[in-house]
Amino acid sequence: MAEAHPVGFRWVMKAKERGATIIHVDPRFSRTSAMADLWVPIRAGGDLAFLGGLVRHVLENDLHFHDYVAAFTNASVVLKESFRDTEDLDGLFSGWDEERGAYDTSSWLYEGDELDRPRRDSTLRHPRCVCQVLKRHFARYTPEMVERVAGIPPDLFRRVADALASASGPERTAAICYAVGWTQHSKGVQIIRTAAILQLLLGNMGRPGGGILALRGHASIQGSTDIPTLYDILPGYLGMPLPGEDVGTFTARLGHRSGYWSGFRAFAVSLLKAYYGRRATPDNDFGFAWLPRITRNHSHFAFFAEMMDGGVDGLFVMGQNPAVGAQHARFERKALSRLKWLVVRDMVEIETATFWKDSPEVTRGELVPSETGTEVFLFPAAGHAEKEGAFTNTQRLLQWREKAVEPPGDARSEAWFVHQLALRLKAKAEASNDPRDEAVRALDWWYPETEGGEPDMEAVLAEINGWRTLEGGAPEPGDAAGGPSGHVYARDRDGGSHHGPQVEGFADLASDGSTACGCWIYSGVYGPDGVNRARGRDAQGPYGHGWGFAWPKDRRILYNRASARPDGRPWSERKALVWWDESEGRWTGHDVPDFPTDKRPDYVPPEGATGMDAHRGDAPFIMHEDGLGWLYVPTGLKDGPLPTHYEPLESPLRNPLYGRQTNPAVNWMRRPENPFADSPDPKFPHVLTTYRLTEHHTAGGMSRTLSHLAELQPSFFAEISPELARDVGVPNGGWITIVTKRGVVEARALVTRRIRPLRVDGRVVHQVAIPFHWGTTGPVKGDVANDLIPLSMEPNVGIHEGKALLCNVLAGRRPGGRDAVSWLDAYGRGEER
Amino acid sequence: MAIGEGPNSANQARHAYVRDGITVGFFTDPTICIGCKACEVACKEWNDVPADDGVWEGSSYDNSGSLGASTWRHVKFLEQDGRLGVQVAGPMTGETEEPFRWTFTSDVCKHCEEAGCLEACPTGSIVRTETGGVFVQDDVCNGCGYCVVGCPFGVIDRRAGALPGAGGAFKCTFCYDRQRSGLTPACAKACPTESIQFGPLEELREQARRRLDELRVQGYDDVTLYDPTETSVRGIHAFFVVAGDPRALGLPLHPEAPTAFLAGAWTSALLASVGLMLAAVLAFALL
Repeated sequence: MAEAHPVGFRWVMKAKERGATIIHVDPRFSRTSAMADLWVPIRAGGDLAFLGGLVRHVLENDLHFHDYVAAFTNASVVLKESFRDTEDLDGLFSGWDEERGAYDTSSWLYEGDELDRPRRDSTLRHPRCVCQVLKRHFARYTPEMVERVAGIPPDLFRRVADALASASGPERTAAICYAVGWTQHSKGVQIIRTAAILQLLLGNMGRPGGGILALRGHASIQGSTDIPTLYDILPGYLGMPLPGEDVGTFTARLGHRSGYWSGFRAFAVSLLKAYYGRRATPDNDFGFAWLPRITRNHSHFAFFAEMMDGGVDGLFVMGQNPAVGAQHARFERKALSRLKWLVVRDMVEIETATFWKDSPEVTRGELVPSETGTEVFLFPAAGHAEKEGAFTNTQRLLQWREKAVEPPGDARSEAWFVHQLALRLKAKAEASNDPRDEAVRALDWWYPETEGGEPDMEAVLAEINGWRTLEGGAPEPGDAAGGPSGHVYARDRDGGSHHGPQVEGFADLASDGSTACGCWIYSGVYGPDGVNRARGRDAQGPYGHGWGFAWPKDRRILYNRASARPDGRPWSERKALVWWDESEGRWTGHDVPDFPTDKRPDYVPPEGATGMDAHRGDAPFIMHEDGLGWLYVPTGLKDGPLPTHYEPLESPLRNPLYGRQTNPAVNWMRRPENPFADSPDPKFPHVLTTYRLTEHHTAGGMSRTLSHLAELQPSFFAEISPELARDVGVPNGGWITIVTKRGVVEARALVTRRIRPLRVDGRVVHQVAIPFHWGTTGPVKGDVANDLIPLSMEPNVGIHEGKALLCNVLAGRRPGGRDAVSWLDAYGRGEER
Repeated sequence: MAIGEGPNSANQARHAYVRDGITVGFFTDPTICIGCKACEVACKEWNDVPADDGVWEGSSYDNSGSLGASTWRHVKFLEQDGRLGVQVAGPMTGETEEPFRWTFTSDVCKHCEEAGCLEACPTGSIVRTETGGVFVQDDVCNGCGYCVVGCPFGVIDRRAGALPGAGGAFKCTFCYDRQRSGLTPACAKACPTESIQFGPLEELREQARRRLDELRVQGYDDVTLYDPTETSVRGIHAFFVVAGDPRALGLPLHPEAPTAFLAGAWTSALLASVGLMLAAVLAFALL
């Protein structure tokens, strides 16, 4: 965190100063470790076993926060008789279909199949209740097993377990922060899930100082999942339509009968109203048919594979540099050469725009510039200080950015580019009269402009917040736009009346077309009072209300109903956050309650209740059908209702826990260009992991090209232990060659005790750590670390495995030019060295 | 408390030290320095200091090497055998493996009470500011380089190239221009953990003493305050918490302004010349 989030790490240092214990678990002793009380080196890929060991420690020693767990989690829920755990099936859950390579997840549901009416055993003794299943599931994750899998000795493990257990209960909490070191695994989602189980058991969710903090990869990555650049969800995590669906069946598939997702239809219809304006009517299903449908996997790796096979004509690349930053970059660069056209928008000429003339493939004779048919259009892009808009970062905080300076020359914002592109596409669609262009013609592209044809970004924010529609009977803006009537930016680009007053928040959204909302979870950021809350810079109180806007509804801590006892009183004065005020008959406190304000803590839903009324007054997890925190996930995951340790796709050992070596549901993306080493493989004996340096920014386009940053880390290097350096025969600063089944790179050896050899499964395992910031352009150059990484897709979200794989390290520089390819092939076959 | 309240902390707030003629200082506390180098970059950005060669040094994460004409803040990365307070560095606890620690110290011009560079400067280019800083007027500097050998800390250096803009001697200006506008120097302003504190010298000294007590209670048993006052530099305006031997950071135990040796040197020279004269006279007398 100190490495990649130095500014946020200020608060960790502040906590340390106030007496918090800082524990850092990482294969490397990084800048974060240097500041920690306890550094725990771990074998990359052993995270789930380590966390599972902690879960077992808590359960076996009865250290969980009893009252919290019994009341607020699904520990008491009874599972189906047909459910089988990995304990029973040697690493598989019930429902596995070997042929499809996927699970039938129906046996994972609660007994009775009704998620909103679970059968609970408050004694937690029922043999099929989640608590007992959880205990059995994690029973084999003993400290000895943690050592065997993760290389963490029992005394070090014990220190972590004791520290965590002591930060639990009414008076104490602990937070877990993670970044891509946890996500980029073939079981990434399940690693985070294990952390969630641990935090629920310790009573650390929804409480001050608790929680799990996802540190995002760069600015507004949270924003780009909220209002997604992902192929499979619509804004506000609504999911994407399937072929043949209408609003009704779409809602039936993704909405819930109880809990907050019961509002799904209102959120979806309001989004359609924002997209299509007056063209979205009850008669045409609010234009639902115009939305694209998911027909197959269109995630990054899947479409790059299609591109390689010649199935993709054109690509827009904005704010990304896949030629350096994407996994198996060698594969991706070659795939780019199969495009007909490529638009790259960046502040500098990045490798993705120059792959055709100076990539390693050109040097190696794999790509010939004169024969590469891709037409590249490079557009100069404005930097973040050169444009207006909002960032949404860690903690779901929207922060408005003012434009500090004009962008140089022809550089323009992304918003300008997309806006101008949309205007041109719409003009073409209007002219074509082709029925297939109707979805573009129907788009309500109303955005007013500021100087230079830039769309007014606050008008976009107004749409994201949502408004009442004129066709739904809302008053016209008249002359009062921006005034007390609640109209904000209510005139379109031609000056016509466009919409009615702003909505206060998502509770106002309706499914009859009377409201429009660009992203329901952001609703409330720019309400009828005309105050852009993302712009707020007057932080008040310990939770920072007044600085920016934390979705939803400026709630700074999610599920904060859990900060009070089931009866509504705070767990302790020290950790009071929100509580039930009996005299006022409402929830109150230091944060905005993440709960229906007037729902009594002793509320019991009547038979047949739906929506939020179907939840009890002591059910804080309002997004779930049952209102409970899910130790066990009955639906939604593709690789199991409980986290299970599988080895990485490339591993130096066989899985000591189960017969199943790897996550069964993972997509290996097997193809000739994407080979994997065996597990274990004598040709690739060491564990390779990648990371980032404070001095550089991801693929380097924003840092390698700036002299004041480039000089701070001017060269690609690899961190290895003195022990491995001795074995390889390389001094500190010497050149080494790092080879995997996919690629070969050369780097300078940074020999340091900050990397320790680990004892894993009875033998010594060396780890090699490489930062991935360099490429072929800019003032400081270096080989591309991501050339070494395979393509693969984790079952739930399609994340690759970039943090744990196998490599070998050889003294000296790699073969250059055309020899590199034949050398690599020969090495992979075992014919070299 | 060392880490303050962000924009509201004393370290970051507007001030009038120049107007009021208050002597200011830097207090740098490496126990909360996270090694991000924001100070190095902020310094270069604000003061328009050019980039260096950008040579990879293979010396931990330090590629700036040392303070110099184009490096006015320098974060020293030290990987040492030894404990840092009560930190448990994985297996490196001293039981099975040698203990280990990694510290980051942001070095800077000390703005000495008795500044060797200022004393040595023949052109009057180097002056003392209202707030006690040592400031090089680069439009007066003729690039003679006397100051370079005059600095006991190896801070000031000549930048290769021709005057003006290069050719002369350069070092930390204490962000005198920012100070005049009531702003904190760029390095302290940018420091995310407020490991670099800027403020009235005596207040900082008091704060540093309290911090040292705090650290000792927390188990940092080999920390000291690097603030030599008993030598000819007579005190420095940028002082540091140091773990272990300060010489590992390039901080001499007894920094001396070379001018302190002037009296002795002139006396020796005088004695030598008198001796030589006597010898010459004697030689003639004896012949």
